[in-house]
Amino acid sequence: MKPGTNASIKRMIRPETFPTPFCPGCGHGILMGAILRAIDELGWDMREMLFVSGIGCGGWIPSPHYAADTLHVTHGRPIAFATGAKLFNPRLKVVVIGGDGDMASIGGNHLIHGARRNLDMTVICANNSIYGMTGGQVTPTTPQGRRTVTTPEGNPERPFDLSQLLVAAGASYVARYSVYHVRQLIGAIKAALQHPGFSFVEALTSCPVQYGRRNELSTPTAMLEYFRDTCVTIARARTMTREQLRDKIIIGEFIS
Amino acid sequence: MTPGGWQVIPSVLKPGRYFMQGDEACAEGAIAAGCNFFAGYPITPATEIMEQMARRLPKLPGRVFIQMEDEIASIAALIGASWSGAKAMTATSGPGLSLMLENLGYAIMTETPLVVVDIQRAGPSTGQATRPAQGDVMQARWGAGGDYELIVLAPWSVSEMYYETVRAFNLAERFRVPVIVLGDEGIGHLREQVEVCAETKVYNRVKAPGAAPFGGCEVPPMPSFGEGEKLLVTGSTHDAWGYRRTSDREVQAALIERLVRKISAYRGEITRTEALLTDEEELDILFIAFGFTARSAYRAARELRREGLRAGLLRLVTLWPFAEEAVRELAPRARRVLVPEMNRGQVLREVQRLVPEARGYHRTDGEVITPGELIAFIKG
Repeated sequence: MKPGTNASIKRMIRPETFPTPFCPGCGHGILMGAILRAIDELGWDMREMLFVSGIGCGGWIPSPHYAADTLHVTHGRPIAFATGAKLFNPRLKVVVIGGDGDMASIGGNHLIHGARRNLDMTVICANNSIYGMTGGQVTPTTPQGRRTVTTPEGNPERPFDLSQLLVAAGASYVARYSVYHVRQLIGAIKAALQHPGFSFVEALTSCPVQYGRRNELSTPTAMLEYFRDTCVTIARARTMTREQLRDKIIIGEFIS
Repeated sequence: MTPGGWQVIPSVLKPGRYFMQGDEACAEGAIAAGCNFFAGYPITPATEIMEQMARRLPKLPGRVFIQMEDEIASIAALIGASWSGAKAMTATSGPGLSLMLENLGYAIMTETPLVVVDIQRAGPSTGQATRPAQGDVMQARWGAGGDYELIVLAPWSVSEMYYETVRAFNLAERFRVPVIVLGDEGIGHLREQVEVCAETKVYNRVKAPGAAPFGGCEVPPMPSFGEGEKLLVTGSTHDAWGYRRTSDREVQAALIERLVRKISAYRGEITRTEALLTDEEELDILFIAFGFTARSAYRAARELRREGLRAGLLRLVTLWPFAEEAVRELAPRARRVLVPEMNRGQVLREVQRLVPEARGYHRTDGEVITPGELIAFIKG
C-alpha cells in the first residue's frame, strides 16, 4: 500500500469516531488528513506517538479520531501538558494540535515558553482566525477589520503573525501553509516531525460557517480561493513592495 | 515497569535523625515515596520545596525537575508526566493553588495521581507572603468547580511533612486522585527533628494491559502513554474507554457517582485523626485543630490539665474527606468544643454541621495562635 494514500492512512484512525464533528466545508478535515499522511509517509508507528490537544475545534482533530495515545486537555494548556509527558518519557513522539484561540490567546504564554525551551515536539496550529466551537468570536489572529460576533463593526485590533512570533520566541523550525497548499503543508509537517527541537507549523484552515459567512467568504470554495489568492511564497514576497504585501499572507519555511 | 500495589523500598536518605526545615522534609518525603517528576513555580513560603527538588532530583537516576512558566503550566506538566508513568508533585501557596484549580479539576476528572503541596500564607490575594494562615481549607476542598471528592492532608510537624507527603503519594496512586498536602508557613519554615526510617512503604498504580482505564471497577487500572493502549484521556465526560459522552446524562451521572464513591467509601482508610489527652469518659474541653494550630492547642490542653481541667485534642491529620466519625464519637463526651484555626471558621462550620454548639477561635492577622491565648480564652 502506498504510504500517504487514503487506503494506507485508514488504519491510523478510529473508524467508529467518524463522521467527524466538523461543519461542512471546514478545513480541519484536510489538516487531519495531512498530518496522518505526513506520519505515514515517514513510516512512523502510531504506537510511539502522543497527540496532545486543547479545547476548540482544532483540539478535536486528534481526539478521538487518531488511533494513538491522545491527551485532550484544558483550554490553552496542551503544550504545558505535553512538556511533562515528553520530559518523563523522551521516547514518545509528541505532537500538539490546537486552534489559534487555544494556542495564541489563552495559551499564548505556554506557546512562547515552549518555543524558548526548545523541547523536541511538534506543534501544529490549526489557524482559522476564529473561535469556531463557541460561535465565531474574534481571536488574536483575526485580521484587522474582519467581522465576528464580538466585533460586529469589524475587528479594531491588530492580529499576531504567529509564525514570526514563534521565530522570535526561539522555535527551531517554523513553517506556514494553508489547507489549499496541501502538498506543501504535508511536506512542512514531515520536516517538522523530523526536526529535533520545538517545531511549529501554522496551518491556515478555513471556517466558512463561523468566519467566512460574516466576511463575504461563505462557501468552502470561496475560502480556499481566498488562500490561493492571498498567500505568497517567501521568495515571491521578497520581490514585492510593502504596499503590495498589505493583506497578503506569506507562506513557506521561515526557519529550518 | 514497577509492580502495582504495595511495596517496601529502601529510603533514599540514610536512616537516622535529621534536623530539617518543614519544606525540606516535604521534598525528602516525596523523594522517599518515589516522586520522580517535579514541576513548579516560585512562591513564598513554598519555594524551598522546589529548591530542594532542584538540587536533589537531577542527581537521582530517572527523576526529572523543571521550573515552568507559571502554576497553570506546572500542574499541567504534572498531569502529562503522570500519564507518562511518573509520580509527580508540585508545591505552591494560596495564590498559586488558585491558578492550579482548573487543572486540578482535570486531574480529578481524568483520575490522574499527583501531589500538590500548599504552604498556606495570609490572604486573600497576595496578602502577606511570609505570614502563616490556614485560609485555604475550602479552596483546597471546593476550588476546582463541579462535584467531586479529593484528599487533603494537614501535617502538624516537620516529621509529618516528611511522612504525610509519603502518604499523599500512596493515596494518590491507590485511588487515582490528586492529593493536596495543606501545610502552612509555620510548619513549612519550622526546623525540628525528623527520624528517617530505613525503608518506605509505597503504593504503585495498578496496570492491567487491555483493561478499561476509566471504568469497570471503583479504581480502574492506569496504563501509561507509549504502552500501545491507544489511550483517550479527556477532561470532558467520558465512558470507560475515554470516549467523550458530553450529552449523555447516564454516563455523566455514573462517572460522578464513581469519582465520589471511590473516595467517600474508603474514608476509614483515608481519614486519619489523632486523639490526644482524651482518655476520660467526660472532658471539660475538647480542641479540634489541624496543622500548626494543633501544636498550640495540644500545649494549651496540657497546661489546662495542670490546672485541673480535663482538656483534650482531636487532631485532624486528614482534613478531607472530613473526620465525621471521629468528631461524632468524641465531641459528645466534651462539655465544650473549641475549634481554633488561622481563618474565619472554615473547619468550624464543618464541625458545627455535626456539633452545633461547637465554638471557634480565629486569627487572621498573619500571626499564629499561641497556647497562652487559647488558655485565656477558655478561662475568660
